[in-house]
Amino acid sequence: MLEVMRLRKVYEDGTEALREVSFSVGEGETCSIIGPSGCGKTTLLLILAGLLKPTAGEVWLNGERITGPRREMALILQDFGLFPWKTVYENVALGLKLRGCEDRDFVLELLRRLGLAGFEQHYPKQLSGGMQQRVAIARALALRPKILLCDEPFSSLDALTRESMQNFMLELWHSGVTFVLVTHNIEEAVFLGRKIVVLSRRPAEVVKILENPRAGDPLYRSEEDFFEKCREVRGILRDVLEG
Amino acid sequence: MQRGSGDITRRFGGLIAVVALLAIWELASLLLRSVALPSPLEVCVSLFKMGDTLLIHLLASALRVVYALSLALSLAVPLGLLSKEKQVDRLLSPIIYLLYPIPHIVLLPLIIMIFGIGEASKVFMIAMIVFFQILVTTRDASKSISEYYIYSLRSLGASKMDVYKHVIFPACLPKVMTALRISVGTSIAVLFFVESIATSKGLGYLILDCWSRMDFAAMYAAMLTMAALGFALYMTLEKVEKKLCRWVYL
Repeated sequence: MLEVMRLRKVYEDGTEALREVSFSVGEGETCSIIGPSGCGKTTLLLILAGLLKPTAGEVWLNGERITGPRREMALILQDFGLFPWKTVYENVALGLKLRGCEDRDFVLELLRRLGLAGFEQHYPKQLSGGMQQRVAIARALALRPKILLCDEPFSSLDALTRESMQNFMLELWHSGVTFVLVTHNIEEAVFLGRKIVVLSRRPAEVVKILENPRAGDPLYRSEEDFFEKCREVRGILRDVLEG
Repeated sequence: MQRGSGDITRRFGGLIAVVALLAIWELASLLLRSVALPSPLEVCVSLFKMGDTLLIHLLASALRVVYALSLALSLAVPLGLLSKEKQVDRLLSPIIYLLYPIPHIVLLPLIIMIFGIGEASKVFMIAMIVFFQILVTTRDASKSISEYYIYSLRSLGASKMDVYKHVIFPACLPKVMTALRISVGTSIAVLFFVESIATSKGLGYLILDCWSRMDFAAMYAAMLTMAALGFALYMTLEKVEKKLCRWVYL
């Protein structure tokens, strides 16, 4: 259970990124966070990951307060996630290596599962966008996290690759990984998040939290309910932008 | 046809350039008919005649440059990398801004007074000039590293040391290597200057010595050797860079 309580973040230069953000994500749930671009979504995610200190408020994970990076949480960033100077294998094995438990067989198995077998010695630059994103996911999964935090992980992918990555996320969820996903794509938020947190413009506040229990079903994407939910989210976002 | 000519420049580009330069030199010496510009052939002959003498001077010069580059590198890189820390940068920046733009070469008299006329003052002079070139480049490189690389690494459970080892150092390495290659040229230029004072060894000394003896063929032989020293260092560094920074050259 991830609990976010009254987070506020003001940067040193006076920029107020978050005003007051509270929500919770149950174990085995999925959560999409959506809001206008530049609203502080990334800041929020970095705080959840224990990488930034909030000015006020707290984040709790299963009854423990988060004050730094935690092994049970993994972070996937949009760009700059992979290290261009490391090979695919080195990138994926890095988290384990840093924790002193490099496990070659496990890493190779993970790469195989993600369709990256044979690319171990390639550098990220030599891969397509979709493959790079899978490497980033593999690196996060190498630590066997319980919670994945993703910052617009699929925004640079073409539509079809994006859909297949979204389906992959659902498989992950079915295998017991909770994820929190930051996005500005309405369809993505609705398809993946069983809970949808809508944020206001900066400084971010929670405008609305929607329950979306049909998310998690790969067929949801083509159902009338799905489009209805998208319309609802779009309406709320429009109010946010206009209001 | 087009592909054929591409192959030729790829395979023989270097050779063609050398032959062309020699031809221009030969032509110039024929036209000028001056003792101050002997023909390449004469210079070549004296290059072989001088043999061992040249090698002794070359070795002295090469050691000075290599020592100076190593000294500069070992001080400038850590300082430059540490500029990623705000506190370090706040202290270091004003020092760099004040000291970098002044022509350090004018400090030679002072350096000779402190370190004496031996090897130390020569190595120190070269090292000091190159130090700033490498420091400024490394500092700029480390300051421009995206914070997100660091977040990304820290989320994997990295310590501060790990951040330097896995992000800051490798991210700056290509820039450091480029700075080092550029400073080869600078260091050879400064080498000539410091070897013109109070020494009896080194290619710079040899050039001036031949000049005063009006032995122009030998003077050119020494100049060529000095150029070759710079060239060899440059090519070696380029090889090392290609090896260390493979990911840049994909």
